[in-house]
Amino acid sequence: MGQTGKVTGEEGVGNMAQLLQDKDRIFTNLYGLEDWRLEAAKRRGAWLGTKEMIQQGHDWVVDQVKASGLRGRGGAGFPTGLKWSFMPKEVGVRPHYLVVNADESEPGTCKDREMMRHDPHLLIEGCLLASFAMRAHACYIYLRGEYIFERHRLQAAVEEAYAAGLVGKNACGSGWDFDIYVHHGAGAYICGEETALLESLEGKKGQPRLKPPFPANAGLYGCPTTVNNVESIAVVGTILRRGADWFTQFGRDNNKGTKVFSISGHVNKPCNVEEALSIPLKTLIEEYAGGVRGGWDNLKAVIPGGSSVPLLPKEICDTVLMDFDALREHQSGLGTAAVIVMDQSTDVVKAIARLSYFYKHESCGQCTPCREGTGWMWRVMERMVRGEAETSEIDMLLNVTKQVEGHTICALGDAAAWPIQGLIRHFRHEIEERIDNYRAGKPVFVPAMEAAE
Amino acid sequence: MSDLRKINIDGTEYELPGEYTLMQACEESGAEIPRFCYHERLSIAGNCRMCLVEWVGAPKPQASCALQLRDLRPNRDGTPPNIRTNSETVKKAREGVMEFLLINHPLDCPICDQGGECDLQDQAMAYGRDSSRFEENKRAVDDKHMGPLVNTVMTRCIQCTRCVRFITEVAGVPEIGLASRGEDAEITTYLEQSLTSEMSGNVIDLCPVGALTSKPYAFNARPWELDSVQSVDVMDAIGANIRVDSRTGRVLRILPVENDDINEEWISDKTRFVWDGLSRQRLDRPFIRRNGKLSPASWDEALALAAEKLSGDPEKIAAIAGDLCDAESMKALKDLMDGLGVKSLECRQDGAKLGGSDRRGYLFNTTIAGLEEADAILLIGTNPRFEAPLINTRIRKTWIAGDLEIGLIGEKSDLTYPYTHVGTSASDIAKFMKSNAGFAKVFKKAKKPVIIIGSGALVGEGGEAVLRACGELAKSCGVVRDDWNGFNVLHNAASRVAGLDMGFIPGEGGRDLQGILSAAASGDIETVYLLGADEIPTAKLEKAFVIYQGSHGDNGAHVADIILPGAAYTEKDGLYTNLEGRVQMGFAAVSPKGEAKPDWAIIRALSGHMKRELPYDSLEQLREKLMADLPVFAGIDYISDSEESGVFTPETLGSDGKISATNFSLPIDDFYMTNPIARASKVMAECSEVGSTAAIKEAAE
Repeated sequence: MGQTGKVTGEEGVGNMAQLLQDKDRIFTNLYGLEDWRLEAAKRRGAWLGTKEMIQQGHDWVVDQVKASGLRGRGGAGFPTGLKWSFMPKEVGVRPHYLVVNADESEPGTCKDREMMRHDPHLLIEGCLLASFAMRAHACYIYLRGEYIFERHRLQAAVEEAYAAGLVGKNACGSGWDFDIYVHHGAGAYICGEETALLESLEGKKGQPRLKPPFPANAGLYGCPTTVNNVESIAVVGTILRRGADWFTQFGRDNNKGTKVFSISGHVNKPCNVEEALSIPLKTLIEEYAGGVRGGWDNLKAVIPGGSSVPLLPKEICDTVLMDFDALREHQSGLGTAAVIVMDQSTDVVKAIARLSYFYKHESCGQCTPCREGTGWMWRVMERMVRGEAETSEIDMLLNVTKQVEGHTICALGDAAAWPIQGLIRHFRHEIEERIDNYRAGKPVFVPAMEAAE
Repeated sequence: MSDLRKINIDGTEYELPGEYTLMQACEESGAEIPRFCYHERLSIAGNCRMCLVEWVGAPKPQASCALQLRDLRPNRDGTPPNIRTNSETVKKAREGVMEFLLINHPLDCPICDQGGECDLQDQAMAYGRDSSRFEENKRAVDDKHMGPLVNTVMTRCIQCTRCVRFITEVAGVPEIGLASRGEDAEITTYLEQSLTSEMSGNVIDLCPVGALTSKPYAFNARPWELDSVQSVDVMDAIGANIRVDSRTGRVLRILPVENDDINEEWISDKTRFVWDGLSRQRLDRPFIRRNGKLSPASWDEALALAAEKLSGDPEKIAAIAGDLCDAESMKALKDLMDGLGVKSLECRQDGAKLGGSDRRGYLFNTTIAGLEEADAILLIGTNPRFEAPLINTRIRKTWIAGDLEIGLIGEKSDLTYPYTHVGTSASDIAKFMKSNAGFAKVFKKAKKPVIIIGSGALVGEGGEAVLRACGELAKSCGVVRDDWNGFNVLHNAASRVAGLDMGFIPGEGGRDLQGILSAAASGDIETVYLLGADEIPTAKLEKAFVIYQGSHGDNGAHVADIILPGAAYTEKDGLYTNLEGRVQMGFAAVSPKGEAKPDWAIIRALSGHMKRELPYDSLEQLREKLMADLPVFAGIDYISDSEESGVFTPETLGSDGKISATNFSLPIDDFYMTNPIARASKVMAECSEVGSTAAIKEAAE
């Protein structure tokens, strides 16, 4: 991955017009080429002028973030500044909390991991600024259970920050008292859902809560709380330092800023890379990930935003831009911007069936459509993989996904339904072929092309 | 009502309070909203998704149980939000949820005890699809052990979590939970141990499907075969409203009936499962002891002999009324005894020093529902969890809802809510009065303080002095004011308040319970009439001639010389005054066993044999006389207004005396064994054993 970083720099020269330059990158140590510790982080710009930014006041911070057009980086893409402004303007008897969602469990996504490993101070600074903006004196970082190494790293960074007086009483000399806690989850996907995360943080079973009340009104321990993704928080310091105008130069309207993409699957060089939003998907894959294995024409489909969003077939991938609105137009989504690339050798039905298994396994079991629906969908998918189904069952499956979608307490139901909907939308013929092959006694799936290896 | 919100439901505009949930609003409008997980007395889970309605303009249907009207925004043009309960979206959503609930639900309705009263059946009929599209194998779930009362068929469970919420919130014994996740989620007790809650049976009613059913009732009947009669429970002094279901003259189950003032919609396990005791150990014909052995006799023989024995010196006759008696039979017996000149009457089997005073001196004045206003409660010599489980749940409900603090003087035990242990004996009452720290400080500052005195505090030699001390405490702490009466006596016998109201206590020169017992042992009393009295040390009556009138062959019958078989509470109409002073009417569900007769009628017949006919020939006439003599019995279902009877002076209750420093004892050792019916019940015996072995196991670890 370190190598990729170097390549990026060199190749960037040739594509100045479209590619993000190193000077405009927020996560300057995304690949861990430099030291993660406080001193090195400060050299890279972290913690610069934090005190002065705080002295501008709560509302200034919120306004800057609003002006930057930053949209939540955790998947839903809700405008971050707007979300912050939902917090009560005055602190009543109940304290305010910031909770950082570092339960990065979406299959294909590994961006927060790198940030916490190599640039933890950007996150900690962001926590201070965001907490200050929302008048919170305490921040909890809820870390995915499997992130043991990241926890040690983050905890060490927090301790450095405490020792340097950057957080704690009178953080950065700004007069704002601020405590930060790193909490380790137990490794359940559902705990990445913000209210399930709060339940888990409170020591209960991680099951999503009903909304309303929204966390901004009654969140952690019933107090006003904002839950943000790691990346949404980690970029705040740099946005404030360089100004909202700087951030808005990147990306199309309503899709501003830079974003870390995780590219995995059938590419030559899987990587994390920070790029401007609205970069064409093809450019992203070709410039940074070394292209699709076997060339662009060997591409079959791409899941553009983590396992929960519907996949896109090659025809769409040729031209689609990587931002919230463009992907939405194609009935998919940016999600966590985890690009999963599948070449022609991929058994796409089996791939989606595997995702169905994942959602069946991770459903919390609280509400009916998800508890019963995920298992049903997975079982039907498994039969379709083997071709042991009726053609009419494709429509039935589609109908079942619609019965799950939008009827559940949290978005896991939707996340389980969308990949299957995407599959049926774009690859229905493959399923039908399998069923026909099975009936004809032929092998159900023959890859279009053997893997290059 | 400033927070009224406009809302358009199915095309009609309504104006309703903002705190209403969408479900309440829809019901107000007349629309029916199906639901499984929602229950109005439990917290909102919103997990079954059956109650989805369409909010026009919202991206997805909304769970109407969880959304308040004040959460809804008006439409962009300012018109009230539009809710649809009958649109295509809603129909689809309901069909979808229904289908999901059914795909893994077994089709075993023909052998399911819930059949005929199953929410899932009913709603599948109304809102489901006609056929199944599910081709996979259905899920099977291992059945869980939950003790002798709750039968489980967990494959039928739809994970609505009503039972979890009930046992956690209402019963306060968090023993049921949802383990695992996703489609593997299972309702279970921790390590499959028996439930220890005395309220556990309510989960059977709450379960919308046949996952949790009644073990004793299993495979006994179908709901449509049962005859139902609404009546009043007599297992404790609460007077819980119940429905007695019977078939061919046998009581087959007992269910709660909603009454917000008394039992809400819960009943204790004793109330619910005692019914098998109604068909065991029954006295079904008169007996006379001949040559030391009880032998069957005719009614005429038995009554004639009883009449003869009662015709002697009234000084040498005594009558004791038991815990389960209806008011009419006590009235008839009292009228008969008064006529004979008998002074030694007693209805206080526990020997509590109560009665003969202002009625408010022995009532639960705050009322059960009134407890919800309290902000500090002092329990004296009582364990309400066993003496009156529904009062305990009310205290817990109040504690959950707000800033209620509770203190206890008496034996420590798990009451399902935290409390401050202030002391253990009567002398601690005086100390509490002087103290101004800890709970005493809280209690004295409380706006609506409540004292609850259990009968454990009022028994024995010092009982009257304890009552006086409690009265003085009540006076000094503002427990009794013009606008608030927090002075409460917690009875544990269904008949007690009626007995005290009609003065079924020793008259001038009469003997009280201890007096009767010792006089009977010494020979000063020759004849004792026991009206269902089984909770006294009957061994002391062996010398006396005992006439026992009652339904079960229990302690009283063992020492009896004549047995007059009476009716159990499910077999007779009767009035019962609960501990609040509320008169309620019970109704016969089945007829008395064998030759047994309603109790008032036996006494009326006896009076005929004595040529001292009581002036009533029917229950109606008896009630007329009862209400004429004692107007307090006329207000059925109401608590007679105590303001009419002048100022209540609790400090004058009881009498001065030596306050003992011995610890209060609790009146109930074994919750499941408190009366003859319960002692005859196999189910209660099992519960009792589970309770005691659980305690032993705990000790062993």
